[in-house]
Amino acid sequence: MITLETYFDFVILPILSISAMLVFIRLYKGPAIVDRVIALDLIITIGIGIITVYSIRADQQVMLDVAIILALIAFLGTIAFAYYIEKQKK
Amino acid sequence: MIDIILAILSTVGALSILFASIGILRMPDFYLRLSVTVKASTLGVGLLLICAAIMFPDVSVTTKAIAIIFFLIITAPIAAHMIGRAAYFTGTPLWKDTVIDQLAGMYNKETHELESNGGPKNSEGGSEPPNIAKSEEETE
Repeated sequence: MITLETYFDFVILPILSISAMLVFIRLYKGPAIVDRVIALDLIITIGIGIITVYSIRADQQVMLDVAIILALIAFLGTIAFAYYIEKQKK
Repeated sequence: MIDIILAILSTVGALSILFASIGILRMPDFYLRLSVTVKASTLGVGLLLICAAIMFPDVSVTTKAIAIIFFLIITAPIAAHMIGRAAYFTGTPLWKDTVIDQLAGMYNKETHELESNGGPKNSEGGSEPPNIAKSEEETE
C-alpha cells in the first residue's frame, strides 16, 4: 500500500528537482540575457512548488510565508530586469 | 478518497512544471520559451498550492494558499509581457523559420511607442525587415 507521504517523497519531489536542474542548464547556456532572466523566474517558481510540497510533507505551515515572499521577489526581480534592459544604451 | 484527489492534483501539477522546464530547454527561440514557460509553471504551482490548501485543516493556510495563487495569476502575465517587450526592443532574434513578424517596423525607435497605422506595413516591401535569425545557433 502506497501512502500519500511516500508518494510525495519518491515521485513529486524528484520530478520537481529534475525540473529545477533542467532549468539550470538553460540558465547556464542561454544566449541572451533575457533567456537567463526567464530561467531565473522559472527557478523561483519551481522553488515555490518545492516549498509547498515540503510544507505539506513536514507539516510545517509556516513555510508558506516564505512562498509568499518568493513570489513577490520573482515578480519584482523580473520587472526590474525588464525595466533596466529596456533602458540600457547599447 | 481525499488521498486520491490530492495524488491526482499533485501529479498534474508536478508534470506541468516538468513540461515547462523541458520546454524552456528545448524550444528554439526566446519568445517560444517565454510562451511555454509562464502558463505551464503558473498552472503547476497553482495545483500544488491547492493541494496544500486541501491538506491542512486550517483557515489560515487556505487563505495563504489562495493569496499566493491569486498573486501568481495576476503577476505572471505582467512580468512576461514586460520581459518580452524588453527583449523585442533589445533585438533578440526570432526563430529562423518564423513566418511573419507583425510588429516589425511598427515601433518608434526613440520613444518606444507603437504606431498602429502610421508606420510602414510589415509584409513584403516594408522599410524595416523583421529581426529573424539566420541560423539555429543564433537563438539556441
